[in-house]
Amino acid sequence: MAVTLVFLGRLADLAGAPVREADAPLDWAGLLAVLGGELAEAVSGAKVRLAVNGALLADKTALAAGDGDEVALLPPVSGG
Amino acid sequence: MKDVRLLESAFAPGEAIERFAQGHPDAGGVVSFAGQVRAADGCEALELSHYAPLTLPGMDALADEALARWPLDGVMVVHRSGLMLPGETIVLVAAAARHRRDAFHAADFLMDHLKSDAWFWKREKRAGQWHWVEPREADYSDLARWK
Repeated sequence: MAVTLVFLGRLADLAGAPVREADAPLDWAGLLAVLGGELAEAVSGAKVRLAVNGALLADKTALAAGDGDEVALLPPVSGG
Repeated sequence: MKDVRLLESAFAPGEAIERFAQGHPDAGGVVSFAGQVRAADGCEALELSHYAPLTLPGMDALADEALARWPLDGVMVVHRSGLMLPGETIVLVAAAARHRRDAFHAADFLMDHLKSDAWFWKREKRAGQWHWVEPREADYSDLARWK
């Protein structure tokens, strides 16, 4: 089992795919290490939020994902 | 009372508004807004993506907030996802109320939140290239009016 990363919006373009797997457990530092480079920098931006299993994190640096969890990486939204 | 839908294919806004109005015979009026894909500025197509665990629940909570904020008989929030062509409807909101002012405010509130505070990501195809669209400053200041 692993952690599933789901990239939304322009982050999916940067990641090259909408979904990626990462080893569990995964914290904030681990996420940045897995993403690396431009993608890590983009995800660090103040406007990018994280959700774990559909629940938004108030503080993304408090990420603590385990086996089977889904982490969504959410850039600024635009609808309508 | 509350009709919230996330659609993957084209729909007819006129029919939806008519059904909504017929479902609220006691309301003094229905205010609606339909947003469509602009043919201007060389836009060839629009694609809306969403994240299922957040998007529809967020739209549902937004509808509840409008119902709590104004005395409404009902609200409707319909948003497209997927690929759309110029002229297709992206979003439709409607509010039914005894008095018009409440319905106008509620429809305005729903649209301001759907533009820049709902879980959608929009990209536009121009000259064969896709470009991600972020809200304009005006969209954020429109949203801030309701805080």
